[in-house]
Amino acid sequence: MMKRTLLIAAAVLGLSAPAFAAGETPVPPQLKWSFQGPFGTFDRAQLQRGFKVYREVCSSCHGLSYVAFRNLSQPGGPEFSEAQVKALAAEYKIQDGPNEAGDMFERPGRPADHFPAPFPNENAAASANGGKAPPDLSLMPKARTYERGFPWFVTDVFRQYSENGADYLVALLHGYEEAPAGFQVPEGGHYNHYFPGHVIAMPKPLSDGQVEYPKNEAGQPQAPETVEQYAKDVTAFLTWTAEPHLEARKRLGFQVMLFLLVLSGLLYFTKKKVWAKVGGEVEGHATPPMTHNP
Amino acid sequence: MSQHPTTYVPKSAFGKWFESRLPLAGLIHSSFIAFPVPRNLTYFWTFGAILAFMLVAQIVTGVFLAMYYTPNAAMAFQSVEHIMRDVEFGWLLRYLHANGASMFFVAVYVHIFRNFYYGSYKAPREVLYILGVIIFLLMMATAFMGYVLPWGQMSFWGATVITNLFSAIPVVGDTIVSYLWGGYSVGNPTLNRFFSLHYLLPFMIAGVVALHIWALHVPGQNNPTGIPIKSGKDAVPFTPYATIKDIFAVVVFMLFFAYWVFYMPNYLGHADNYIPANPAVTPAHIVPEWYFLPFYAILRAIPDKLGGVIAMGAAIVIWCFMPWLDTSKVRSTAYRPLYKQFFWLFVVVCFLLGWLGSRPAEGWYVIASQICTAYYFAHFLIVLPVLGFVERPLPLPNSILESVMGVQKVGAGVPAGANAEPSSKG
Repeated sequence: MMKRTLLIAAAVLGLSAPAFAAGETPVPPQLKWSFQGPFGTFDRAQLQRGFKVYREVCSSCHGLSYVAFRNLSQPGGPEFSEAQVKALAAEYKIQDGPNEAGDMFERPGRPADHFPAPFPNENAAASANGGKAPPDLSLMPKARTYERGFPWFVTDVFRQYSENGADYLVALLHGYEEAPAGFQVPEGGHYNHYFPGHVIAMPKPLSDGQVEYPKNEAGQPQAPETVEQYAKDVTAFLTWTAEPHLEARKRLGFQVMLFLLVLSGLLYFTKKKVWAKVGGEVEGHATPPMTHNP
Repeated sequence: MSQHPTTYVPKSAFGKWFESRLPLAGLIHSSFIAFPVPRNLTYFWTFGAILAFMLVAQIVTGVFLAMYYTPNAAMAFQSVEHIMRDVEFGWLLRYLHANGASMFFVAVYVHIFRNFYYGSYKAPREVLYILGVIIFLLMMATAFMGYVLPWGQMSFWGATVITNLFSAIPVVGDTIVSYLWGGYSVGNPTLNRFFSLHYLLPFMIAGVVALHIWALHVPGQNNPTGIPIKSGKDAVPFTPYATIKDIFAVVVFMLFFAYWVFYMPNYLGHADNYIPANPAVTPAHIVPEWYFLPFYAILRAIPDKLGGVIAMGAAIVIWCFMPWLDTSKVRSTAYRPLYKQFFWLFVVVCFLLGWLGSRPAEGWYVIASQICTAYYFAHFLIVLPVLGFVERPLPLPNSILESVMGVQKVGAGVPAGANAEPSSKG
C-alpha cells in the first residue's frame, strides 16, 4: 500500500515537473527600495556601486545603449563628478568617422558618447552567446515584471507598488540553483528558480567577493561584497538607467498634486457659493431662457 | 444651437457690426451661457466636460510629441527613449499622453454607463447618442494605433493580431489586411500609415464631438429623473452654474490623472512594450490595453475567427440599437426597480469580461468568457425589450423641481399651474 502511494506520488511529481516549468513561476520577494513611494530618491552610493557591478560584470555581454557617459553626472543619478565622467569616458574606445580621408577611426570616448555595445552587431552577440543575443540593459526593470493577479493588482495602485521589475531582477540574479530531480536542463541552459520556464541561457553571473566595493574610513567595504548586495545594487543602478528622471518626476508630482488639491478645494467652495443661490427661497433668479420643450 | 433665439445683445459698435455678419458671440452665448441646464444634474454629468478636456490634452501633448517622434521601424523605439531621456520634460509629455489615453477611456466609460443608467439614449436623443458611439469607435481606432507607435513588442504583436482579424472577412479580407499593412506583414509601412492616421483621427473625433454637442443642444440634457425641463424653475443657466461645476470636476479628474502620471506611469501599460519590436520573438501573452479587454474577451469567446470578429464588432454596434431595443417608457433607472438590478448585473459582467480578456484563452476562462458574452448580448436583445413590458416603474415626480424640493414644498411654494406657465424670458 505504502509502496503504491509512493509510486503514484512519484508519477505525479514526474508529470507535474514539466507543467511547473511551463506555467507556474515562483513570486519574487518584495524588497525595500530607496526609490519607492511618492518621495523616493536614489541612493547615490548604491547607484555608484551598481554601476561598478555593471561595468565589471554585466558589460562584457550586455549593452547599455540608451545611456550616455554624461548621464552619470546628471542630477538624480549616481552623480559622479564631471571630471570622473570625463576620465571614465576616455577609458572607452569609440568608433568615429569617416574622417577626411574617408576612413573610420577609433578615438577615446567623450562624455556625450553613449556606452559602446559589447558586440559589433546582434548576430555577433548571438553567435558568441549560444544563439541568443544578451539583451540591452538600459530599460530592464521596466521591461520585466511578474504576474500580480487579483486582488493585488488593485491594491498595488494604492500602495504605489511599481518595483515589480526590480524585485524580479534581484530574485533572478540569485535564483540560480541545482535543478530539482527529474528536471531536464537542456544543453547551454541553466536552472533558475525565478526565470519563467526555469531555463535561462545566462550562466550565474555573480559570486561573492567578485566586485570590490569602495572602502569607508575604517577600511571596510561600504556594503557587503555578496551576491545579494551586488544584485540589489546593480538593479538599483538599472532602475535609474531605465527611468533617469524618476526623482524629478516624483518631486514635480508632489508639487502638482499639492497645487491641484488646493485649486480643487478653492473651486469646491466657489461652486458651493455660486450654487447657494439656486433653490431655497431665491428661485427664478436663475431662470434661463426656456426655448424648448421636448 | 441655432434653435435658441439668443438674448445676447452686443454692446459695442464693433460687436453689433460683427454680430450682424457672423452671430458667433450669440451662438456662444446661447450654447454655453444662457443654455438651460437641469438643476438636478449630478457629477456624473460632468464627464462630458472632462472628456472635452481630455481630447484637448491628448491633442496638445500629441502635437508636441510628434515634433520629436520618428515614425520609422528602425528608429521609433529609440526616438521614444530620446523623448524620455533627453527632451526637456519629454518624459512628462509622453507619460501624460500614454496615461491620458487610459484616462480618456476611464471618463468615456463613466459617460457611457451614466447614459445607460439614466436612459439618455432614448428619444429625443438618439442621434446625439449614436454620434457618441461613433466617437467611441474613433477613439478605439486612435488608441490602438497610438499604442503601435512606440514600436515595442506589444505594439508590434498587438498590431499583428488586430490587423489579422480583418483577414476573417470573406473575399476581400486579405486585400484589406495588405492595405492596412502596406505590404505582406506588419512593418515600416504599417508604422508610417498608423502614425499618419493617429494624427488624423483625433481631429475627426473633434469634428464629431462638435456634432455631438450640437445634437445635445437641441433636446437639452437628460437628468437623473429622466423627465424633461418643464419650466424655468427646473433649470439653471449654463454659466455660471454648470461652468463652475464642470471646472471643479475637471480639476478633480486632473488630480486622478496626475496620480497615474507621476506615481504609476507604467502601471497601465505592458512591460513587454519596453522591449523593442522583434518579429522573430512572440511574447508569451499578447494582451491589448485594459480598455479593450472586454471586447477582446468577446472576440476570443467565439471559437470561430470570423464569428469572433463579428461578435466583437456587434458588441459595440448593438449599442446603436438601444433606443429601439429598450421598450420602457421610463428613462431613468432610478424609477425602474427591476431594471436597476439588471443594470448592475450588466456592469459586473462587463468587468468580468475585462478580467477574462487579460487571462490566457484556456481552460475554464474560455467557458466563463462564453457565458459572459452570451449574457452581454442577452442584456440588449432580451432584458431591454422584455423588461419594458414586464416591469412596473415607480411613480415619476411631476417636475425636476419637485424631485429636488419634495412634493410638499413645491405644492406650497409654486402654484399648481406653474408647469403650464410660460417661463420668464430675460
